[in-house]
Amino acid sequence: MDGHSFGIDLPLLWAIIIAFAVFMYVVMDGFDLGVGILFPFIRGKEDRDIMMNSVAPIWDGNETWMVLGGTGLFAAFPLAYATILPALYLPLILMLIALIFRGVAFEFRFKSTRTRPAWDVAFATSSTIAAFVQGAALGAFIQGFTIVDRQYAGGAFDWLSPFAIFTGLALVIGYAALGCGWMIMKAEGELQARMFRTMPVLGLLLLLFVAGVSLWTPLRHPAIAERWFSMPNLLLLSPVPILVLAVAWALWRALRLRREVQPFFLTLCLFLLSYIGLAISLWPNIIPPEISIWQAAAPSETQGFLLVGVLFLIPIILGYTAYAYWIFRGKVPAEGGYHGTEHH
Amino acid sequence: MELDALLLARLQFAFTISFHILFPSFTIGLASYLAVLEGLWLKTDRRVYRDLYRFWSKIFAVSFGMGVVSGVVMSYQFGTNWSRLSDIAGNVLGPLLSYEVLTAFFLEAGFLGIMLFGWDRVGRGLHFFATCMVAIGTLFSTFWILSANSWMQTPTGYEVLDGRFHPASWLAVIFNPSFPYRLVHMTLAAYLTTAFAVGAVGAWHLLYRRSRDNARQLDAARVMFSMAMWMAAFVAPIQILAGDLHGLNTLEHQPAKIAAMEGHWETRQGAPLLLFGMPDMQREETKWAVEVPHLGSLILTHDWNGTLRGLKEWPADERPNASVIFWSFRLMVAIGVAMMLLGLTSLVLRWRRRLYETRWFHTFALVMGPSGFLAVLAGWVTTEVGRQPWVVYGQLRSADAVSSVQAGHVAISLALFFATYLIVFGVGVYYLLKLMATGPVPQLADQPQTGGPGQPQQPMRPISAAQDPLEAGE
Repeated sequence: MDGHSFGIDLPLLWAIIIAFAVFMYVVMDGFDLGVGILFPFIRGKEDRDIMMNSVAPIWDGNETWMVLGGTGLFAAFPLAYATILPALYLPLILMLIALIFRGVAFEFRFKSTRTRPAWDVAFATSSTIAAFVQGAALGAFIQGFTIVDRQYAGGAFDWLSPFAIFTGLALVIGYAALGCGWMIMKAEGELQARMFRTMPVLGLLLLLFVAGVSLWTPLRHPAIAERWFSMPNLLLLSPVPILVLAVAWALWRALRLRREVQPFFLTLCLFLLSYIGLAISLWPNIIPPEISIWQAAAPSETQGFLLVGVLFLIPIILGYTAYAYWIFRGKVPAEGGYHGTEHH
Repeated sequence: MELDALLLARLQFAFTISFHILFPSFTIGLASYLAVLEGLWLKTDRRVYRDLYRFWSKIFAVSFGMGVVSGVVMSYQFGTNWSRLSDIAGNVLGPLLSYEVLTAFFLEAGFLGIMLFGWDRVGRGLHFFATCMVAIGTLFSTFWILSANSWMQTPTGYEVLDGRFHPASWLAVIFNPSFPYRLVHMTLAAYLTTAFAVGAVGAWHLLYRRSRDNARQLDAARVMFSMAMWMAAFVAPIQILAGDLHGLNTLEHQPAKIAAMEGHWETRQGAPLLLFGMPDMQREETKWAVEVPHLGSLILTHDWNGTLRGLKEWPADERPNASVIFWSFRLMVAIGVAMMLLGLTSLVLRWRRRLYETRWFHTFALVMGPSGFLAVLAGWVTTEVGRQPWVVYGQLRSADAVSSVQAGHVAISLALFFATYLIVFGVGVYYLLKLMATGPVPQLADQPQTGGPGQPQQPMRPISAAQDPLEAGE
């Protein structure tokens, strides 16, 4: 039951697959949650239509990756699934309910006229709630969970710490920045100009939050401080914070030069670097603070059985997704959309 | 029973899965129906089959979307509310549930897009192939999810190490003893659910829309009504037979469930069939029983004097709640019999060439429209309440499988789910009914479809395939 078979470290492979699925979820759903978060600040129906239409053709990866991450965790690391989910009971339920509302509001907004304002409110509110609870759940994950006898043994509100609220707000701002970058790329005219004005504020806030989380985490967790600030790790890991600064500078420059595509991708780079930093801090634990991916792994019979299907499917989903994005590159025409004419 | 955390967790699972199962029961049948419609269209070139295909594929898309949305919740329920089960049985259940999800995604990524949006872009043969693949895919999803459920009912192919289940043979896990029966029974139930919904829509249009409809719409209403009635006439009797075989399988592996379904307390030879009764779990008797002598033994053992075990053979804490499943079982059977009656009547009317003219019969078919959904729910209550107190039969009790989440929080989340589902699926079902009432609109069926990569209509958001307005009067 060491999880090794055929010379492959299955738990490591599965940890990479699940980490990849979670990051894909953030990439795919982050910007359109961001569009929802920005929704209340954009008043006009036309502009809102453009925002919705800019995500409609490619907003389909989110459920795939979230469910893949969830059921993959269940199959490959049942112990993690069985402890983290009860520990995050209330935030997860809130997130699911928000995502249900959001998915349906998205569809029915296009099909309605009289009830459209209600769907708008549902879309914006549920996007913000989903973003916040995801961030708070992440904060709670970093804090770690009290596990006794293979079960979560902490309280129902352990997750709701000042740190988790901080990470919750951080993710709301982060997604909003992604959404803003997305709209700079997709919109034109006055809407794009507004997004250009908003982006520096969001970018700066995001950097402050990233810095805040980066300092708060090692202050609270000596083990994580040890990992980052001892020699030679300090030198080996220094590219991460240095790259964050470099990307921040590039983002600032791109906004000043009114680049349309770069802001979105540079913000994504900030997300990726933060994600890598997180992985470095928590490695090799899947249930912080002390249960590793090997301790939580299902037997190799289980991990191997599902691996076949996942390795077959992931390339197909990636290929299809890439194709959809490629077809939809470029600006969203104001007239295009759900009921409207075809656009290419 | 008090409202403790266990009962609330069971209620939450029952509520979320009951809502969820309504949509797959419908889409599993609709996918196969669409494949048949398209096959008939390719073979006969009759326009009505294409009109019906375009109409029902819209309804399929919206239902499929609702199924996906409600399904996301299910993939988290095991962890949030049944964490001990997830830990103890995750090694076995995890891959089965994951494969169900993978199958669904595989469909969405490929064939659903061609099916919903590819009508004018790919050849007829390829489009038909895509429809068939979607139909087969929904059956594969059924396969995996029922395999997981059946394994919990009749677990095989595992070994217990450190108090947790480990897969010893995946073939034995997947093809556990109750799986083939459950798979057939559920698939037929999905087909019947669809047939009666389709039949009711046809009947409604024959009853109320005839004067306003043109010939092409009338033709569509007749054809869908006729096809649904063929299904009712042949599949309803087959389902009763399949249900009987499933019952015999249950008698072999879960005799306590059968005893509770039948309201039997004492073990006896030549046991009666109870037509009516009120099983009382406290007093260990079935009050006001109306019995048909020997019939219970005859049905279940196929022997006039066969022995049937009564509930008293099991300790009180190993008995499923007979008060519930005695009646849920009878409801399911009564609906099954009514379905068969409708089907057989349709044969008589068809033979007399009165199928499209008999208004009382159309009203009967309309009333029976939701019967399949009701029967599915009643059947699930019977099998799920009937396996209590076990979650993995004979191995793990539900009480030992539940998360240690406080009852109050389970209650709050249940209330939130209740409110959300009421709003979200209320609107969804309203929209579906509106699409059904509009019926096949030939002009729309002639228009090209838009959607697919780069379009606002997307297979992974199947609801986008229906573009009718939500509100009335637009």
